[in-house]
Amino acid sequence: MRLLELVDLTVSFPTVDGVVRAVDHVHLSIDNVERMGLIGETGCGKTVLGMSIIRLLHPSARVGGRILYRGRDLLEISARDMQRLRGKEIALIPQNPTTSLNPVLRVGDQIAEVIQLHHGMSKTEAWRLAVNMLGEMRIPDPERRARQYPHELSGGMRERVLITMALACNPTFIIADEPTKGLDSKTKSQILRLMRTVTAGRSMLMITHDLGVARSICDRIAVMYAGELLEWGPSEEIMDDPLHPYTRGLINSLPSHGLEAIPGTSPSLINLPSGCRFHPRCRLATKTCKNIHPDMIDLGNGRAVRCILCT
Amino acid sequence: MYLIEAINLKKYFSSGIIKKHYTKAVDGVSFYIEQGETLGLLGDSGSGKTTLGRLLLRLIEPTEGRILFDGIDITAINRRELRRIRPRMQMIFQDPESSLNPRMKIAESIAEPLKLGLNGRLSREQIRERVLELIDIVGLNPEHLNRYPYQLSGGQNQRVVLARILAVNPDFVVADEPTASLDVSVQAQILNLIKQVKSEHGTTMLFISHDVDILKHMCDRIAVMERGRIVGVHERTDFADFPVSKHDSAQKVVVES
Repeated sequence: MRLLELVDLTVSFPTVDGVVRAVDHVHLSIDNVERMGLIGETGCGKTVLGMSIIRLLHPSARVGGRILYRGRDLLEISARDMQRLRGKEIALIPQNPTTSLNPVLRVGDQIAEVIQLHHGMSKTEAWRLAVNMLGEMRIPDPERRARQYPHELSGGMRERVLITMALACNPTFIIADEPTKGLDSKTKSQILRLMRTVTAGRSMLMITHDLGVARSICDRIAVMYAGELLEWGPSEEIMDDPLHPYTRGLINSLPSHGLEAIPGTSPSLINLPSGCRFHPRCRLATKTCKNIHPDMIDLGNGRAVRCILCT
Repeated sequence: MYLIEAINLKKYFSSGIIKKHYTKAVDGVSFYIEQGETLGLLGDSGSGKTTLGRLLLRLIEPTEGRILFDGIDITAINRRELRRIRPRMQMIFQDPESSLNPRMKIAESIAEPLKLGLNGRLSREQIRERVLELIDIVGLNPEHLNRYPYQLSGGQNQRVVLARILAVNPDFVVADEPTASLDVSVQAQILNLIKQVKSEHGTTMLFISHDVDILKHMCDRIAVMERGRIVGVHERTDFADFPVSKHDSAQKVVVES
């Protein structure tokens, strides 16, 4: 069963330098109880895509296409209905735990707030539930931690608080934006393990630049470049047998796969290259790649790719 | 020949006034780095690897022990003498944004070390030429020179940091997780650039990281640090059967678990 379907989703921002096309005609669907990894370099539009689903984009954003959640277009529903979904049905684990928490509120209060709002509980009840949940997130001494402020917690601990907040109302769908950014390797693996446990039985869109991270949690992976999707398929197949040259480049640049860099830098979203957007950095590019913008071809075996050399 | 030698180096941080509590960040560490060699320092956060890196450049004072840099005991010399040696040793920090002056344009930042006149006084024209040379080496464009750090990406800023370091052409560089804040793809570019620049200049290096795969790629030897002590040193020849279960990058730990 499909839970979420993005149909021809386009997000652009007018700026003084021109229109930034952050998300460009994206088609993507996520099934019930499916965890999808969205991979891409900084500035490819992956965070904007995630934020558009939960409708938290800057007011200047122009959004086109459809975002079907359980068959309902999220772009059509009222702000009040959307607010009812946020946190309860669709939850966000935002990037950067340091700036995503309110520095002047105790973390327990911040978690309790969500529970109070959606479940109409009393403050005491919500607080007790918040403390319980912190314990479930394997935070030692949750009573004391709940009474602390964000600055008194370590980076990994703050990330756990954010995950607790996202899960507080038992959401069906979770959007996680770089949940392991800025954490050291030990904490990173702890958080990933926790993420894997708590998202079991739910749907998730996990945004990350690290293929290794996505592979360890997600059932499927979609690769994004310069606003559009280049490839998607089951995680293992993407990692073991990547089709698009860009995906192959990303895998080869992993420390465990030889640290071989992709030459050049990703293009500006205002001034996109002609033809295939990846062609200036592609070792296999031909003349055709420069002129023809390839379509996403569904290969029928659960995979799709946007490259004339692969189809 | 050893360029760097640390002998029984210790750094204790104390907290509390009446009931003093000591944290032994670096607890009796001895090692050497040969001229032109890259030594990797592997450890989890809190193992003391960053403290050790800072000690070697005497950015912080050791509690005990000696550091020999090119035969000179830099723990024994005074501030003035230290200032004279400083240009020969540099550091690349984790976060490039905060290691650049936000009010300086990229061109000014790179020109700053050249204006010190370490290798003889340079005219304004010579400095300009040298800056252009440097940004070419690190893979930036002249159009970047008039920008401020906030207008560049993390990877580009780390390139600026490298250009600044090349401007002083040091003998010894401590790189403290220089790619921790970068994308996987940009990380590969920056690491390869560091490796290339290092081999061209014959720079000696201490490379700090928690990722064993990165260290295998960058280093001649790898020292493993745990709770303030070096618990093992691995030569390039035994990198292949390096213990992977205990000190490993996060992704593998998760995949295997």
